[in-house]
Amino acid sequence: MSGLTRHTAAELADALAAGETTSVEITRAHLDRIAEVDGTAASGGVHAFLHVDAEGALAQARAADERRAAGSPASALDGVPIAVKDVLATEGLPTTCGSRILEGWIPPYDATVVARLRRAGLPILGKTNMDEFAMGSSTEHSAYGPTRNPWDLDRIPGGSGGGSAAAVAAFEAPLAIGTDTGGSIRQPGAVTGTVGVKPTYGGVSRYGLVALANSLDQAGPVTRTVLDSALLHEVIGGHDPLDSTSIDQPLPPLVDAARRGATGDLTGVRVGVVRELGGEGYQPGVLSRFQESVDLMVKAGAEVVEVSCPHFVHALAAYYLILPAEASSNLAKFDAMRYGRRVLPDGADNPSAEQVMRASRDAGFGDEVKRRIILGTYALSSGYYDAYYGQAQKVRTLISRDFAAAFEKADVLVSPTAPTTAFKLGEKLDDPIAMYLNDLATIPANLAGVPGISVPSGLADEDGLPAGVQVLAPALADDRLYRVGAALEAALVDKWGGPLLDRAPALATNGAVR
Amino acid sequence: MTADVLVPFEQVLEKFDPALGLEVHVELNTASKMFCGCPTEFGAEPNTQVCPTCLGLPGAMPVVNVKAVESAIRIGLALNCDIAEWCRFARKNYFYPDMPKNFQTSQYDEPIAFDGFMDVTVPNEAGEGETFRVEIERAHMEEDTGKSLHVGTSGRIHGADYSLVDYNRAGIPLIEIVTKPIRGAGERAPDVARAYVAQLRDLIVALGVSDARMDQGSIRADVNLSLAPKGSGTLGTRTETKNVNSLRSVERAVRYEMSRHAAVLEEGRTILQETRHWHEDTGITTSGREKSDAEDYRYFPEPDLVPVAPSREWVQQLRGTLPENPTARRARLQAEWGFSDLEMRDTVGAGALSSIEQTIAAGISPQAARKWWLGELARRANEQGVEVSALSVTPLEVARVQTLVDEGKINDKLARQVFDGLLAGEGTPDEVVEARGLAIVSDDGALGAAVDNAIAANPDVADKIRDGKVAAAGALIGAVMKEMRGQADAGRVRELILEKLS
Repeated sequence: MSGLTRHTAAELADALAAGETTSVEITRAHLDRIAEVDGTAASGGVHAFLHVDAEGALAQARAADERRAAGSPASALDGVPIAVKDVLATEGLPTTCGSRILEGWIPPYDATVVARLRRAGLPILGKTNMDEFAMGSSTEHSAYGPTRNPWDLDRIPGGSGGGSAAAVAAFEAPLAIGTDTGGSIRQPGAVTGTVGVKPTYGGVSRYGLVALANSLDQAGPVTRTVLDSALLHEVIGGHDPLDSTSIDQPLPPLVDAARRGATGDLTGVRVGVVRELGGEGYQPGVLSRFQESVDLMVKAGAEVVEVSCPHFVHALAAYYLILPAEASSNLAKFDAMRYGRRVLPDGADNPSAEQVMRASRDAGFGDEVKRRIILGTYALSSGYYDAYYGQAQKVRTLISRDFAAAFEKADVLVSPTAPTTAFKLGEKLDDPIAMYLNDLATIPANLAGVPGISVPSGLADEDGLPAGVQVLAPALADDRLYRVGAALEAALVDKWGGPLLDRAPALATNGAVR
Repeated sequence: MTADVLVPFEQVLEKFDPALGLEVHVELNTASKMFCGCPTEFGAEPNTQVCPTCLGLPGAMPVVNVKAVESAIRIGLALNCDIAEWCRFARKNYFYPDMPKNFQTSQYDEPIAFDGFMDVTVPNEAGEGETFRVEIERAHMEEDTGKSLHVGTSGRIHGADYSLVDYNRAGIPLIEIVTKPIRGAGERAPDVARAYVAQLRDLIVALGVSDARMDQGSIRADVNLSLAPKGSGTLGTRTETKNVNSLRSVERAVRYEMSRHAAVLEEGRTILQETRHWHEDTGITTSGREKSDAEDYRYFPEPDLVPVAPSREWVQQLRGTLPENPTARRARLQAEWGFSDLEMRDTVGAGALSSIEQTIAAGISPQAARKWWLGELARRANEQGVEVSALSVTPLEVARVQTLVDEGKINDKLARQVFDGLLAGEGTPDEVVEARGLAIVSDDGALGAAVDNAIAANPDVADKIRDGKVAAAGALIGAVMKEMRGQADAGRVRELILEKLS
């Protein structure tokens, strides 16, 4: 089998099952690809990875091959390698969350998602780059330098999971894990031409996911096809007794739903177009790709209705109160006393714990993190709690009600995933509000805990860069995402005559600037 | 540190009304911690009972210990509280090196139990019990912190060379029981405080939810006190004396703070709202952290934990597991045992009620059980500065010692040596008797020789007995006892003396 890195995870799994290749071959091919195109932030490479574990991945691949030879593969994806966002704890592998304050930290335990990947036999290629503590929409806030968009190395790959999306888009990994607090799986998916899924809140364990905002965070798949996401979702999802907010219910049949959707039939499916997620602020090329997707769904038999979610306009404001509030509390543990990077203050002979803490945090946290700690501390402080955090929680309730009303009229809701295609590196770095607007369409789902998927919708006419269409479903109805997503994908691939990523430019080797 | 200027306690009440408030932390005796599966054994090697969750490692998450919730509900019910139908944990954000997450997972505005009361029996001047109702504001669940050890000459954080932290205790479940302001206690405020904590401890013991050892910190009391001008009906500024760790200290701390507050107010100065440290050795409090800027803990609901919603069926079922009310129990036991009021009060005061009850349950007479626990064992507990229940002697062992006395194997004097052996960990009462060779000798061979020696050494006394003055035998018995180190069977010795001298 040739061109191993160009295949989807499902194809690789089939080839492994048929004995046409081995996990060692597949893993080595991806490690070679990483060595070829990833480079570093300084060299202008994709820089999707913060840490590559070639030795570990190959050992896991050998074990997978042995299992298969013995006739006992551990799962449908046994032997298919994967990349993991650096926000998930990996035993024996560095976990930095893109921050200097955790530089060199090696957790003594695995996140449940990681444990499930290992149990299912997926070799872990390494840890992917991200905005520091998942704060950002461009992966420019990583303390280790930005990741670049494989479609155009001068552009951002989305954030905060830019590393995971870029690794998949650059064919460095067939699969990746991301986390989505306000769109950090879906938005990078949209701007890199990949598929990203935010499962129902509680559908995938958060144990071992270094919390940004606990009530919003959700880990999920980043892949090149809808079917691959479904396969991965079934590996990592399901109840976990270590996470009290994990849903104690079996997952709906996701892979079946994706296969059913791939037949291209959407008869009887009611698709709701959200009036508030479109129009002003959305790039025309993004909107026209979205309209095209809706038309394709109608062609596939879906019934399209317009729905209104009037409180979505307040979602961004509520999000930017709740997120920093929770984050400010979560980040308090990084005091340089027990793990992570410790910085001694200048000129103090015998510094106190407080002085060490201050110096370490000053050096260890980036500007965006400091900004949100201050915001969150303020929003929670006595006298302001009701005005800010309390009020934001009320908005959250209203948004949930909007969803409930909309799902009365429609089985799924659709919108563009992100308002624009990938912007240039540095373009919005000095304008946090402009940066925050990128998650406009994705945030409501996190506030309400409902699942969402982003599927590539094509290239915007004005810049030739990928755009995405978002499909949202009610909580626990993740299977609908896969059915509708797969049907749309089938129609689009048919229209394009092949996968969208085939149109991406070839990357120069060694990550050199073109 | 120097003592503050004080107003004699007797004079405080002339001008002021005290208001008390007690916050008692009870460390639960669950097998595992509040939010993880780590064991909770006391005294383990530092940092051996820890995991990612109780160490607060990045990514780790809490899961509520249902057993701890059960204990909290039972405590709440025993304190006549309402049990919340739905409540949540909150994060209390503040920095402290022994707190792994730099926030404590606690309950804030939604405690599991609230609005209760406890009727506290306080002795009046005549020595009779009087009932004083203490209203309970709330009982809530939280986790304990780790323990800091400051290494250096001072033993305190200031001036320490370095500090070590043991996280074994971090995450052990705590219930914090908070009273409403206790007013109207007047001069009895110190007694009310002591009696409340004592009775609360008895209740906790009866519930079996905690080791209830004040000396090991499994019950810790914070004593709030304020004074208001007499008859004003207002509340003054309070101070909070932290971690008072014995019943006697609770009483003394209240007494001290009343005298100190009065002195400050008499001078026209104002009381600072602050925490105070209690010094057991000198019996005074000193200023801790000032709380004048109200601390901002930035509470918000803990997003990693689902709400706790105990079903009414469960609560009802737990109500059925409540033990007898300790006050009612006391009255019942007094009647059953035939103790006088004074005997009963001493028993309760020594914290020996349950020990005596269990000893009696093992088949020993109430008076004999009382004799050991309030005599010999209370004396030893006092020497060690602990409660009798903290001694390493069990009620079953005490009962066995008394049985050995009843069977004539040892006498009361030898029994004291048996207790020495028990406290030194030498084994069971029978093993101690065996190992130390304490059994009474009634063998005629050994006794006969000693009697012969005594007669030979005291010819005058022997003559008197031969002359029919049998009462003189006591002196010879004494000599035999001395030779046999108290282990002779006194009755048989007497018979042998009389036989030999008849």
